[in-house]
Amino acid sequence: INYDPALHPFEVPREYTRALNATKLERVFAKPFLSSLDGHRDGVNCMAKHPKSLSTVLSGACDGEVKIWNLTKRQCVRTIQAHEGFVRGMCARFCGTSFFTVGDDKTVKQWKMESPEYGEEEEPIHTILGKTVYTGIDHHWKEAVFATCGHQVDIWDEQRTSPMCSLTWGFDSISSVKFNPIETYLLGSCASDRNIVLYDMRKSTPLKKVILNMRTNTLCWNPMEAFVFTAANEDYNLYSFDMRFLESPMMVHMDHVSAVLDVDYSPTGKEFVSASFDKSIRIFPVDKGHSREVYHTKRMQHVITVKWTSDNKYILCGSDEMNIRLWKANASEKLGVLAPREKAAMNYNQKLKEKFQYHPKIRRIAQHRHLPKSIFCQIKEQRIMREARRRKELNRRKHSKPGSMPFVSERKKHIVAVVK
Amino acid sequence: MRSFGRPPVPCGLRWPGTPGHGRCRSGLSLWPSSVPGIALCRAPAWAGPGSVTVSAVCQGQEDGERRHQQLLEAVSSLSGRRRRKLAERTEASTQVSEFNVSCKGAGEKLVLSELLQPIRPKSALSTVKKELTKVKQKKAVELPLSKEEAERVVREAAYVRTSKDVGRWQQVVLQNRRAEQLVFPLKQEIATVVPLEQVVSAWKARTPLEQEIFGLLHKTKQPITDPLLTPEETASLQAMSLEEARQRRAELQKARVVQSYYEAKARREKKIKSKKYHRVLKKSKRRKALKEFELLHKSDPEAALAKLEELEQLRMQERMSLKHQNKGKWARSRAIMAKYDLEARKAMQEQLARNKELTQKVRVELPEEEPSDVPEEDLTSETVPTIPVGASGANPWMLGKPSGPAEELKVQEGLENVAVPDAVESKEEMEKDDDEEDMSEEEALLQDFMQKRQVRQQQARSLEEQGADETEAVPELPGDGPIHPISAEDQASVGIEQPPQAQEEILLSEQLGRVQTMDDVDALASEERVEEQEKLVVATAEKPVPARAEKRVQQQEEGRAGDKRAKKPAKKKIISLEAVLAGKPQQVQCPSLPVVVEEEEGGIDQRGVITEAFAGDDVVADFTREKRKAEEAAKPQPVNLVLPGWGEWGGTGLKPSARKIKRFLLKPPPAPPRKDQHLPHVIMSERRNIHAAAHQVSELPFPFERHQQFEQSIRTPVGATWNTQRAFQKLTTPRIITRSGHIIKPLSAEDVPDMATTAGTGAKPALEIVPQRPEPPLCRRRRRAR
Repeated sequence: INYDPALHPFEVPREYTRALNATKLERVFAKPFLSSLDGHRDGVNCMAKHPKSLSTVLSGACDGEVKIWNLTKRQCVRTIQAHEGFVRGMCARFCGTSFFTVGDDKTVKQWKMESPEYGEEEEPIHTILGKTVYTGIDHHWKEAVFATCGHQVDIWDEQRTSPMCSLTWGFDSISSVKFNPIETYLLGSCASDRNIVLYDMRKSTPLKKVILNMRTNTLCWNPMEAFVFTAANEDYNLYSFDMRFLESPMMVHMDHVSAVLDVDYSPTGKEFVSASFDKSIRIFPVDKGHSREVYHTKRMQHVITVKWTSDNKYILCGSDEMNIRLWKANASEKLGVLAPREKAAMNYNQKLKEKFQYHPKIRRIAQHRHLPKSIFCQIKEQRIMREARRRKELNRRKHSKPGSMPFVSERKKHIVAVVK
Repeated sequence: MRSFGRPPVPCGLRWPGTPGHGRCRSGLSLWPSSVPGIALCRAPAWAGPGSVTVSAVCQGQEDGERRHQQLLEAVSSLSGRRRRKLAERTEASTQVSEFNVSCKGAGEKLVLSELLQPIRPKSALSTVKKELTKVKQKKAVELPLSKEEAERVVREAAYVRTSKDVGRWQQVVLQNRRAEQLVFPLKQEIATVVPLEQVVSAWKARTPLEQEIFGLLHKTKQPITDPLLTPEETASLQAMSLEEARQRRAELQKARVVQSYYEAKARREKKIKSKKYHRVLKKSKRRKALKEFELLHKSDPEAALAKLEELEQLRMQERMSLKHQNKGKWARSRAIMAKYDLEARKAMQEQLARNKELTQKVRVELPEEEPSDVPEEDLTSETVPTIPVGASGANPWMLGKPSGPAEELKVQEGLENVAVPDAVESKEEMEKDDDEEDMSEEEALLQDFMQKRQVRQQQARSLEEQGADETEAVPELPGDGPIHPISAEDQASVGIEQPPQAQEEILLSEQLGRVQTMDDVDALASEERVEEQEKLVVATAEKPVPARAEKRVQQQEEGRAGDKRAKKPAKKKIISLEAVLAGKPQQVQCPSLPVVVEEEEGGIDQRGVITEAFAGDDVVADFTREKRKAEEAAKPQPVNLVLPGWGEWGGTGLKPSARKIKRFLLKPPPAPPRKDQHLPHVIMSERRNIHAAAHQVSELPFPFERHQQFEQSIRTPVGATWNTQRAFQKLTTPRIITRSGHIIKPLSAEDVPDMATTAGTGAKPALEIVPQRPEPPLCRRRRRAR
């Protein structure tokens, strides 16, 4: 090939056209929905990933049933009636041999991951009877320790029936507790009195508390950045915090139009997925304030739980209407083995899309998403409300003494206080 | 007296300067020379054993003794001993205090002046005072902190500590965020395959079905929990090391590549439709087979003989089959077509050749003859494919692709043929048989064909001669276009007395041929030239060769390539060069020639044609008009603010007054000079193109700081059209690579090599997640240094 630029003129317009085509094709091929796993007889309340097997996923429903699914077959391989009432939380042991569930019946149960042998009863390995309802559970990433939350955060040794230590700071029901995957002694919890509390397991002491405007439903630590976690809030937003600087979040992620119920990071730590009460899930880049993708189907109701699989390829979401849905993390990705030429073309297209992403025509196509009417209308409504608030503030500022109404950045607006 | 010692004191006195805390270490300071004060005081409770009390003896006679005692004491105190001997109690007395204070001065009179004397500020007392105030100032021990407070302190400390611990990841995180490429999982694990035996051993039969099956297996003594592989098998599995396996894999890969290459090649070759190619291929195969056979003949005569037998059998069978007799239905149809269709003719010829070949008697050659044969064969192998079958050297049109020496050889052959007169033909026939023995099969075939054709042509000629006038117009019936009918013998027989007829013939034959290359055209021209000078050539010819033949040769030469003339003077001596060059070319109406000429003419007055085609257009005037229009349009327009009816009557048909118009028609300031005012051939529009603007970026995107940067980023092409393959790959590498089916675990200190070592210290880790190759120049330098 002769690379003489005189022989290949108009490189920018040609590449622009290619980028435009690539963008259009991306939208054409964007078919993210893969399958729906149905079998639960009540809303899916929690899910857990298997730490060693990509094809296994666990789910707990509001009727106390736990199901284990095989994703390659898209079948339920095992069903356990684990609790009476809700299965509030579940987590797998780091080695993948067993898993824990907590339910409304004030018990913590440990189950074998493998189905019982022929003739064996389906029963838990251990059952711990507590005094209060546990609302969440998470397992340590490296040791035989797990943490539950309810009225307090309890840290348990697997071998004992009473907690190693209980961490409290104020009295309110704590909705979720999560271990830090990198600095494994760190815990984060969020309570219904609108606060997020961090704990240190080594000293068995809380560290700091940050109070937000509204309640945080759950939080998730970034698996690649030890000090970053994202909180899913009732005020439709998600907040990414650096735990060293809790005074203001690193980023406010806004796009949902109803309370965000769950959040899970991609294993690469570059993106996270959030499930919302507005019947949609959204994918956010960690460094962007707005989502890059929104998934919804006609039948999907309030999404309660969401998980990003550990090979970074799929997303699972469990919703009110008893189904677990399997999505592609990258909507237009071609699954399966790619030929080298195909791969090169894909990379080239990706690069072109990146290069020309700021051009208005391309951006319009790339950003366009069809939304259900309810979400679409709510977005519009909220835009109007936001605009009105902004205008009001502007007017107030205009008619008050200069300096008496300071500008408050969006990031600081939502933080009420940081308690040491 | 006073200066030496102190006066006798009635009651226990404490020397000042010895506060009793044991602070005073030197005995000299005890002397009252500087501190002569007498303090009336009780020895305090804290006055320890170090306090000094002096007992004064009442008796006067004892005075000297006492003083001596004192002196002794002072001297002994000089030695630094702290503990002093207590005053001895020598006799019982009532005046001895129970506190070990002897009341020496009990009977002495106290003089007021002595008492008064020491009332003045004293430095020694001030220290005591200070201590007293200090004691007063000392606060009570604080109360313990409240529980909340205490927890808060603990929390703060823990938070600071944890933040610091977590902060160790800062560098890693930043590096990952900035990384050009991240490959996940960060730590590539090598998949370990658990041996089957281990998996099986942990498994037990539980269900009745399983138990039944296992029972059966046990009965038949099949291996169940034993290693499923025999020891030999395991040994063979272990025998191949990783390196070997790799090597073997590479070899296999290479073999596969080569195989696929050959397959592709075969497929490609199979697809080729060209008959000529296949013919050549077949021939070469045949030749190869022949050679192999010869080799076999040399090495293993018996096998060769057997093979020969086999071949002979095959030949015989084929010969018996009457396949190639040109008598079948197909052959007859071809014969009809042959007149018009070159392909059909060729097919027929092939058939004939085959026939000839089959009917030929196979000779078993002796090995001694072979060396002489081989070069000949080589020659023929070169000549045969290049020259069409019918090319007897007489027709320049038939020389499609000249090929150097072989062609010349052919020419010489032709000459030989030419030299032989018609009358000797029978003799030639005889000779030919001998020749054929030497020649390869193809050569033989060729010759055979030529003969056949000649015979046919002669027949035709005789026919022609019979109907002389008619044949002139009518093209030769059996004469093939490319296979020129005129052979040397004919011409010789016809002689020089019939040049017009010969010329006519050429023309006729030309109608069937086609000019293919520029060389052919040249050849044509030269032919004409030569034909004109025919007689001259005949006159100047030194050889007794018929003029016609010579001319043909020359034509060939010229037709092939003009520049060959200079290179090969040896060939040229047959023809007189001057004679050829001196001749004036004659314009002859040749059917194919004018076509070329026409084309040239068309090229010459292209300009004229274009001007004619666009006669009505005046582009320049149009452009100037357009430019003027653009200039007009770009001029700023006056703003009309005239409102009818204001200040005067309004209504239909009424116009605003001129005064009003003058007042409210605002003239804009003149526009700045146009940029194209000095460029007559250019229109520069400074208006923004809104159609283009819709596609342009209006705001500078975030990471860029200046618009030049952004423009530069857009201007640099990424595609493979503008970049080398390597650069293209580099430019289009994705930022994050994940592998499907691989679990990505959270970051851990083991993933980051430096992190594990610096984990305790909390020092700044300088690490790289993406493995990078060390910089080559550095390495080289190091190596050189060694």
